[in-house]
Amino acid sequence: MKVSVTVNGKQHQGDVEPRTLLVHYLRETLGLTGTNVGCDTSSCGACTIHLDGEAVKSCTMLAVQADGASVTTIEGLAKDGVMHPMQTAFMENHGLQCGYCTPGMVMAAIGLLNENPKPTEEQVRMGLEGNLCRCTGYHNIVKSVLAAASAK
Amino acid sequence: MAGSVLGNRVLRKEDPKFLTTGGRYIEDLNDEPLFAGALHVTYVRSSVAHAKITNIDLSDCKNSPGVVAVFTAQDLGLEEESSGFNAAAKRAHLAIGKVRWVGELVAAVVTERPDQGEDAIEKAIVEYETLEPLIDLEQAMASKTLLYEEVGSNIVMGTVEMGMPDNTGDEIFKDCEVVVKGRFMNQRVAPCPLEMRGSAATWIDGRLHQWISTQHAQGVRNEVVKANKVDAAKVRIITPDVGGGFGAKISAYSEELLLGNIAKRVGKPVRWRETRSESMISLGHGRAQLQYITIGGTKEGRVTAYQLNAIQDSGGWVEVGTVLAPFMTRPMAQGVYDIEKMECRTTSVVTNTTPIVAYRGAGRPEATAAIERAMDLFAAKIGKDPADVRRMNLIPKFVQPYQTKIGHAYDVGDYGAALEKALVVAKYSEARIDQAQRRKRGDKVQLGIGVSVYVEITGGVDPMQEHAKVNILPNGRAVVYTGTSPHGQGHVTSWAMIASSETGISIEDIDVVWGDTDQVPNGGGTMGSRSLQQGGAAVQKVSIELVDEARKLAARLLEANESDVLLDKKTGAFHVAGTPAISKSWSEVATAADTKAGITQEGIFVATSATFPFGAHIAIVEVDTETGLVKHLRHIACDDAGKVINPLILDGQIHGGIAQGTAQALLEEFRYDEDGNPITTNFAEYTFISAVELPSIEVVHMETPTFVNPLGAKGIGESGTIGSTPAVQSAVIDALLHLGVRHIDMPTTPERVWSAIANASA
Repeated sequence: MKVSVTVNGKQHQGDVEPRTLLVHYLRETLGLTGTNVGCDTSSCGACTIHLDGEAVKSCTMLAVQADGASVTTIEGLAKDGVMHPMQTAFMENHGLQCGYCTPGMVMAAIGLLNENPKPTEEQVRMGLEGNLCRCTGYHNIVKSVLAAASAK
Repeated sequence: MAGSVLGNRVLRKEDPKFLTTGGRYIEDLNDEPLFAGALHVTYVRSSVAHAKITNIDLSDCKNSPGVVAVFTAQDLGLEEESSGFNAAAKRAHLAIGKVRWVGELVAAVVTERPDQGEDAIEKAIVEYETLEPLIDLEQAMASKTLLYEEVGSNIVMGTVEMGMPDNTGDEIFKDCEVVVKGRFMNQRVAPCPLEMRGSAATWIDGRLHQWISTQHAQGVRNEVVKANKVDAAKVRIITPDVGGGFGAKISAYSEELLLGNIAKRVGKPVRWRETRSESMISLGHGRAQLQYITIGGTKEGRVTAYQLNAIQDSGGWVEVGTVLAPFMTRPMAQGVYDIEKMECRTTSVVTNTTPIVAYRGAGRPEATAAIERAMDLFAAKIGKDPADVRRMNLIPKFVQPYQTKIGHAYDVGDYGAALEKALVVAKYSEARIDQAQRRKRGDKVQLGIGVSVYVEITGGVDPMQEHAKVNILPNGRAVVYTGTSPHGQGHVTSWAMIASSETGISIEDIDVVWGDTDQVPNGGGTMGSRSLQQGGAAVQKVSIELVDEARKLAARLLEANESDVLLDKKTGAFHVAGTPAISKSWSEVATAADTKAGITQEGIFVATSATFPFGAHIAIVEVDTETGLVKHLRHIACDDAGKVINPLILDGQIHGGIAQGTAQALLEEFRYDEDGNPITTNFAEYTFISAVELPSIEVVHMETPTFVNPLGAKGIGESGTIGSTPAVQSAVIDALLHLGVRHIDMPTTPERVWSAIANASA
């Protein structure tokens, strides 16, 4: 099936198998391997990207469902070599260790602040419930998101 | 940044990559030319827990679309091999004649694409004659059905069998005024690194190159050498970025060890990756230790005797989990207490479950949980505050090694200070008042306070040494080669800090290399909280030696006596004492070296002993007595890991460990049904802890340097799980003490908590 998607500002057109998941299209067809796969039940959120500005798990949808949409992945966040404020907040607050959940976590965190620019700590924790991390105990992830929110 | 940066909060060098393009994990290496055109391996796994294999029919499987080859053990020429921990126990990497757990490998299928492999394995027909499934530990000990007939028992290791003293029953408690017994199940958990396992293998000019997501490339190389029956020089292991390990990625597994053999037979590179559902049943599990304790002492609270009988589940194979009970739990059984009479025996038993391996803490969280729960039972029995009972029994502060009753000589310790610091930050007395008021009012939501004081052993795995090489390039940049293997611990930053503090070269100009056995042939990997105290110490030692060598070159360039030449660590330049205006940079000195590679120094740091970090954790929880739901409100952690190199990284390690400990205490358990079918095989079923179940963590710093290494550093990687697990579990029970509840096994799920309340009031 034909699919036309704008990814990180660049338009891509091509044929995909109908069963191709969006995450596999991004990783394998477009070579954008920043987005990771961590489970097979849509539980971990490592594959979180933005679809028309909204954070979604890219393993829960087919590539063809993204036809005509605009996708942003972790690779598309920095502008002219300058990191997005959420990326900077993660770096400054040690919000990552092994880095595997990080791209999905950063995309989910930006999505969270888009919906609620000044969340409480509890709201951040609730908002990130669908993104799992085994290294950080979430402490510094929550701190990063709150820091990014207060810097706005 | 240059000069001595040790002890400063330095942001991680590795982060920009992870944050902008993501790491380069094994599954991301699609552009790796060395395994371009690789075929994909998928494994047929046992669907039953315990059975004889009567027939394997792969004919339909072979005709499935995209299938290039199919292999059984016989096809690959596999033979059964002895376990390194019990020679009588033998198995092969693909099952021969018998399967011993759900998920064990039976056959391999090679396809052009991964999805074709998933379809093809559905067509494999394996016929089984089922045997009694042994899931329960004590049932396995008593059963005549044996997993490994040649062993003659399901007990595969025991302290008594190894000649260590047996427990003497109630004899040692005969003088005690108070004696309490307990039975605790330290349950089986799944390590769950976010990145699943993956590997790629290819033969290039008769030499096997294998990429693998591991914590220890050099150890894996030795296993791959053995599996492929080749010389060590014929194997190169390459470690990409690794998305978490937690002990479960220390050793190589059958899935990975078969790839060289398969690649050779199909004449092409091969890749393998697991799904999360596969990972849950075939990546090793952790803990799984049944404990019987007896504790006795005076009515005033002095503990005089303690006995632990630990029965360790090995799972279906005699892996490293087997030895954790005798060699990690037993020596640490005494914990932080001065106890006159101490006994501990351990027995390791095979069952029809996923094999047990090291998981963050690996035998020490079990030791701490046993004695900390025992102290609480004792305190409850005599009606005293658990913090007070601990105060009465702690080993007093010591600066010379303290020899325990069984086990090790602890290096340095001040357990009382750690406890008091944690209690102050926790506002312990106020929390007790809040608790008393809630009890008096009969509130639906009760408060529980858990206290845990621990000591652990780090860097204790032989050989207690690490390798390092430092190379200063003619352009003035430095490259540090290390035998440790970071997968989240930030070694790139910490090792650069250490090298910078000795050489004066800025952190930005120092690169760190690890995990490629062609570049770093020797190394102990990252495990057992050893990296900083041995790997970091090696980087420091070699850097100091390198500066000495460089001074000789600088003296030549400056036309001065070597003894007059100094290195200014602020500027990273050499000059003659008293005349700093005329200096030679690292670049100039490295350019003057005999080789174009600049200056290189290499060496090994050998530790004289392990180190024994300690600390105290306080957990404060709310328990809803009507629903059994627990809310973890506050967690206060005072962990003493000796000299701190980078507090940013230290705190991160503490947080992560506490999350995993809390997860075990409150939520996580890998479970089987009575037939041995795993029932928590993905993240929808296995209750992986999320941000919602955790509070922000209150870290209290304390630094008691060790004399074991010049850095003064002890390990911090595992402290979090060791200190937190019993603190959180005890807090839940503490909330219900007035209702008559004395113990609830982990995980303290709402169902278990609710049942405990119902049973206590019945």
